[in-house]
Formats: sequence, structure tokens, C-alpha cells
Amino acid sequence: MILDGKCPSGPLPEKWDRHRRSLKLVNPANKRKYRIIVVGTGLAGASAAATLGELGYNVDVFCYQDSPRRGHSIAAQGGINAAKNYPNDGDSIFRLFYDTVKGGDFRAREANVYRLAQVSNNIIDQCVAQGVPFARDYAGYLDNRSFGGAQVSRTFYARGQTGQQLLLGAYSAMSRQIKAGTVRLYPRTEMLDLVTVDGEAKGITVRDMVTGEIASYAGDAVCLCTGGYANVFYLSTNAMGSNVTAAYRAYKKGAFFANPCYTQIHPTCIPVSGDHQSKLTLMSESLRNDGRCWVPGEKGDNRPPHEIPEAERDYYLERKYPGFGNLAPRDIASRSAKEVCGEGRGIGSSGYGVYLDFADAIKRLGENVIRERYGNLFEMYERITGEDAYNRPMRIYPAPHYTMGGLWVDYNLESTLPGLFVLGEANFSDHGANRLGASALMQGLADGYFIIPYTIADYLARTAPGGVSTGNAEFRKSADDAADLVKRLLSINGKRTVNDFHRELGRIMWDDAGMARSEEGLEQALKKIPELRDRFWNDVKIIGSGYELNQELEKAGRVADFLEFGELLVLDALHRNESCGGHFRVEYQTADGEARRDDDNFSYVAAWEFNGSDKRPVLHREPLAFENVVPDVRSYK
Amino acid sequence: MDLTLYVWRQKGPEQPGRLEQYRAGNISAEMSFLEMLDVVNDDLIRKGVEPIAFDHDCREGICGTCSQVINGVPHGPEERTTVCQLHMRHFRDGDSIYIEPWRARAFPIIKDLIVDRSALDHLIQAGGYVSVHTGGVPDANAILISKPDADMSMDAAECIGCGACVAACPNGSAMLFTAAKVTQLAMLPQGRPEAKKRVCMMTEEMMKEGFGNCSNHYECQAACPKGIKVSFIAKLNREFIKAFDSHGE
Repeated sequence: MILDGKCPSGPLPEKWDRHRRSLKLVNPANKRKYRIIVVGTGLAGASAAATLGELGYNVDVFCYQDSPRRGHSIAAQGGINAAKNYPNDGDSIFRLFYDTVKGGDFRAREANVYRLAQVSNNIIDQCVAQGVPFARDYAGYLDNRSFGGAQVSRTFYARGQTGQQLLLGAYSAMSRQIKAGTVRLYPRTEMLDLVTVDGEAKGITVRDMVTGEIASYAGDAVCLCTGGYANVFYLSTNAMGSNVTAAYRAYKKGAFFANPCYTQIHPTCIPVSGDHQSKLTLMSESLRNDGRCWVPGEKGDNRPPHEIPEAERDYYLERKYPGFGNLAPRDIASRSAKEVCGEGRGIGSSGYGVYLDFADAIKRLGENVIRERYGNLFEMYERITGEDAYNRPMRIYPAPHYTMGGLWVDYNLESTLPGLFVLGEANFSDHGANRLGASALMQGLADGYFIIPYTIADYLARTAPGGVSTGNAEFRKSADDAADLVKRLLSINGKRTVNDFHRELGRIMWDDAGMARSEEGLEQALKKIPELRDRFWNDVKIIGSGYELNQELEKAGRVADFLEFGELLVLDALHRNESCGGHFRVEYQTADGEARRDDDNFSYVAAWEFNGSDKRPVLHREPLAFENVVPDVRSYK
Repeated sequence: MDLTLYVWRQKGPEQPGRLEQYRAGNISAEMSFLEMLDVVNDDLIRKGVEPIAFDHDCREGICGTCSQVINGVPHGPEERTTVCQLHMRHFRDGDSIYIEPWRARAFPIIKDLIVDRSALDHLIQAGGYVSVHTGGVPDANAILISKPDADMSMDAAECIGCGACVAACPNGSAMLFTAAKVTQLAMLPQGRPEAKKRVCMMTEEMMKEGFGNCSNHYECQAACPKGIKVSFIAKLNREFIKAFDSHGE
């Protein structure tokens, strides 16, 4: 099937305006007759729930955390992009659009990305009005910094906690609606299934994580805002609870999954210290504004960093990409780090690390300025490693961080299942094969504040409110299936812990489907994953019952889905015989090791349709048409 | 290193709880405190014992989920550090470690080390926001805010909502949490129009939720992993008094 993204026609700058004019509206008196289910309370979910509630819809919002303020958007450090051009350095909506399309290696939809750039400015206005304390200069104006993949300063920030401040803004706006009674909150509640009635999304089945009770909720539409799947790698910068379950179960109910192989490995994370490691910690990309990446010029040079003279250091990003230097995009910076470590020039006891050095910046600006800009990041680094980065360079290494792939959505953010909308990282729409720094926050809030309120109305206007209730047979079946799954997991009573299996899956994914992928490795992963999944279902050990708070059971359900989803990711990576953005296939590279894209054969979105547990999923394509930019070789030299 | 743990185990809100003793062997200095508990839990599971339930999520000190009283101190011995950012290098071989949940009237225990902190959400719902609609707001640079004011607002906004301040307070007061939100918004022109209503509503909600009063012990500041200062409580009190002064702003 050739998928239609339903992008409006007309000149790029007018598409969204024209489209909004064509969308149907729901009148204020009718809005209160509709109920919308929102799953997830990160930036996308909280902003959507707040805005839809304020418009007058009834909103039920669910999160697995104990409070909606803890969605993982909170951990975003560096900033949020917008095309305000306050610094007068040549930015514009078109430039933000172009940088994002190019940053994504020409694998995103032009119309979506342009709309994102257009509403980016509204987001900053909105957040300031909410009381988000962005950084300011002494005259009282907003301050900007630069981020990877851009030559302008367009990133707004709140110290090193921009995600936290934006999320608290959205959380506050949603709290106001909870008080007003338009939004009902269900914390510590995990979605286990999507309920479809006559092919349309009409509700969800959840497990109350305190009592273990399984219940279904009906609505007129469902918004999934459930984040990404980087935890398929076990070690990632995601929160421990971040999972693919909601999106994956929607996929099993018929929503297509797009580009699962587009995963982002972030270049600046604290290196792994041992087998006990449970997660990896990101050091914000903003550090690359002032930090310089280097490794020793010769392999096996074990001298401490300050004893290695300037001439014997290799500032590899500055050398290879003089145009962007240390601010090369994430995929390129990560691959370069892997490359120098592969040559035996990595630092630290494991050899998997590079230096991020602030000595020059401290000399130039003074320690106080660096402290002001990144103080909390340096503190976090010291807490984890016990090292003082003001006096010796940080040690960093790439780690899985973000996933560009996600449920396929059209221009309205609607999936292939009518009534199922997917927002934020959970969808695939805006970042192509690689996301630029400070663009995730932008997309989450754009989807929730400024896009879904328009597009969901168009769907609802064509739907009679309250059409289905949880008494419907589909709801009962969904709840029974979810309860059966819990029972099955608890009955295995094997010998190995859930963590054991998750760690093993992570190792397969990282080795065979991580930063560099080969046909051979991917084929191997395709053998290893089903074999591991088999062992999981025969040998996992979960203590306790389903009718209580049971964290092992929660984890087991998520890992069970990762064990299936990982295979889908690998299949996608195997079919994409090209290198683009975060997807690097070793067979497809230029003589100097850069990604070799194949626009003739792969300029499309790969959307996978579930086809039964024992059959391969079916591939559908959405061709990508570029009318306003020319997909050229993505050079940062 | 080898450690002896005394961990609070409690099946549910109505059941009695008690400290159980466990051994944590082969712990490396690089591990975080929660990774140490992961090792203990995997061990318990293999032995057929129900693992220790504890709240945690981001494990990088920002989400505010983790919540343990370690040797009598919320978030443990290190200053300005959440449990998840506490590393085992701060302990010594042979140490005994006591691990308990947040204890406060407003935070009922759900299981083991997990408590219900929804009272903090209710405080925000009572007025911890600016009543702005989505869209129709002025350009972000139309509102100038002096850097010291913006910085002070940000200092207050750093609160992660973990509730350590409540757990540390002998009265179980949420004054520091509430003061941080009141200050963040009171320092900004956007927050001024509702400042009086906000401080009154949030203060009233504190009492409804069962939080105690503030009697200036400053334990909250000492326990806060984000360094939120008690001077914000003074700011809250000042805002509260101003709310009743008809000649004020």
C-alpha cells in the first residue's frame, strides 16, 4: 500500500494556514460531549491534555509515574529551538525548517517540518506567559545559545534544566484544568492495550499499578504521547520506566510503525562503568558550545590528559568538520567518537571514551562564566564519576538517547487507525533519520499545544460523541487479553530475572543494531532475538501476584514487548540498504567513512503493518517528495 | 564491599511494617545506591523472596521520583543529592545502612519504600500556575524581566517535587515546596496578577492535605537535593501578608 501523508497542497508557508481553514470545528457547546483519552504526561501529553481540557473537551489522562510532573521530558537539559531570530544572526522559519530537514538527512516530510518551524515561535511565547524562567540577559531580554547542526543561536534555555521547566509549565497548565474539572488524572496507571471498535480507536485497557486491577476506559478519540523506545538497548539515557508498550500494542491493533531503525545515539554521555550499570546519563549537547572533543593522536597513549601536549592531541571533530567543528550533528559526532575508539585511541579504563575539554573556554571566559552556563551539569558529572571537570576534561561516550521512528501518522498526527493520534517522540513525523539538538522539546509542545487541538476537532466533528462504552464486547475482550497476559507472565516461574533478559536483549541490539549496522550482524540479531524471547517466556521469574503493586511484573510486560519490537527494529534496519542519519550501514559508506544515502531507492518512510505473531510484518511505503529543498549530500565540512 | 541493610518492608497501607535485614555483597564503589538495591533485589528474586519495592525513574536526579530515608536522612548523607545520584563510594565496607520510606501524615505508605505523594500535585492544582490560555499571548520579549528576578525565579523553579522537605520536617510541613512555587511565579510579572489568590489557595490546600505547619527547623533546606532555600519561605510569608493588605499592590 502506498501511504498518503495527507500533506496539504500549495506553497510551503501557506500549507498549515490553508489546512486549518479546511479542518472542521466542534462548537463550544458540543465539545463537552466528547471524551478524549491522553496517554502519557510528558511535554506532548501534558500540553495536549491542558489545551484540550481548556477548549472544553473532557479529557482522561494516564501516566505510569506517581505524578504527571515526572514524564521523561523532564530530563531534557539543553534547550528548545525557535526561529525567533532575536540575536539577528540570520535565522528564519525557513532556515530552521531547512536545518531540521537536512539534519534529518532528508528523510522527513517537508510540510510537517515547516509547520514545526512555524509554530516554534508560539511555543516560546506560550512558555514565557506561563512563567517558565528562561535565561535572560542583563537588559531583561531572552538569551540564546547554539546547538549542533545549526550555525545560528536559536536555542532558548533555562540553565541545564530546560525540559524540566517546560514540563512544569505544561504540568501547571494541566493542573489548572484538573482543578477546573475538565481533565481527570490517573497516575500510576499503565496502558496495556488499545481498544478498537469497527477499526477505530475508542479506548484503552490499563492496569492500576497499585491495586493491580485491570480496567478499560472508553473515549471518542485516543492520543498516545508515550515517548520513545530507546530502552530496547537496555542501557540508554531514558528513564527506567520508559517503554514501547503503548505504541507496540497499538501497532498490534493495526497502527503502522514507521522507521523503527531510526534511533539516535547521543554523543555526549557518561561512559559505562561496569556490568551493574542500570542507565546512562546524558551530558547536554550544549556543552559542545564550549567544550572541545579530543583523543590522543597516537593509540595506546595512557598519559593523564594534562600531560598530553597540544600537538599530540587530535581534536577530531574540528579536524574533520571545520565548518561546524564541535557542533557537528549528533549522529556524526557519535560515529566519529566510535571511530577514534575503534582505532585504539579511546580513553579511560575501558577504552570507550573521549575527552570533552573545557580548559580553553575557562581560559577565555573564566570559570565563573562556565559555572553559570553549565554549573549543574558539572555537578552531576562529579556526582557520578567523582571527577572535577573544571580541572580535568570530562570523559564521554555515545549512548542511545532518542528514537526518531514511531507510530506512523499523517499530517493531522492521526495514525492508520482512525481516532488514534500520536504525539511527540511516540510518532515518527518530524525528525527524519536524525534529530537535531533542542528539537524534541519543540516537537512535543508543538504537537500538544498547537497542532492536535485543530486536527482532532476535524475527526471528532465527523464522529458522534459517546458512541461506544466499555460494555462493548471489544472492551471486554481487551481486558480479558490483558489479564491473561499478566497471568501467563506470573505462571512461568523460571530461574532468571527480568533484568537478565533485558540486559541480554540490550547487548544484542547494541552490538548488532547500534551505531554501525551490517547485514551480517542484523541477520544474526534476527536469529538471536526470537531465541531469547523463547527463553524469556520459559524461564523468567516474577515473584508476587498481579493484584498488588508488583514492579517486576510491570518490567516483565515491558521487556516482553521490547523482545518483539527489537526484531521489528532489526528488520527495518536490514531492509534499508543505505546509510542515513542515525541509521548507519557499514556496507553503505563513502571512501572517507561518511554515510551514503540512496535517494533513488530509499527516499520513503517505511511503515510496518503487524501481520500476526508468527509472520513477518508487511512493509508499506510513503514516498517523500521534496518540492522546496534539494536533498543533497549532507555536509558539515 | 559488603554491607548490611535494614530495609523497611510493608505489604500495604493497612499492614504493619518492620525493618528486615539483608546482606549486600560484592558492591563496587562505582555503583549508584539504587544499582546496589538492584543487585540486592535480583538476589532476592533468585532466592524466591519478594524484592524491595522502591520508587525511581530517571536515575539522573531530575524527575523527583526516588524517595528514601537513608540512615535517618532523606536522600542520604550527601548534600544536594537525590538517592539515585548517591554513589556507593560514599560508604565503606562493613557499613550498616538503614533504609526507610518518606514518613509524613500527608504521604501514606503504599508498599515498602513507596509512598503516595499526590498531595503535592493537589497543592499545584490549588493555584501553582498562571491562568493563561494556549495561544493569544504576547511576544516573549514583550515582557522584560531583570536578570536577578529571572535568576531568583529559576532558583525557586528548580524544585523537583520529591517531597524530601516534607519527610525531613518534624511537622511534616510542605512549606518549602509551596514557597518554591509561590516564589517562582511571584518574581515574574506574569505571575503577579494572581499572586494574592495563589498564595491563599495554596496555603489553604496545605492544611487540607494534612501537612503540618512551619516552625523554622530548616531541616527542609538541609534535605533538599536541589538547594531550595528557606528564604523562599520568608517570601511566601511576605506574599501571604500582602494578600491581606488592601493597600498593597
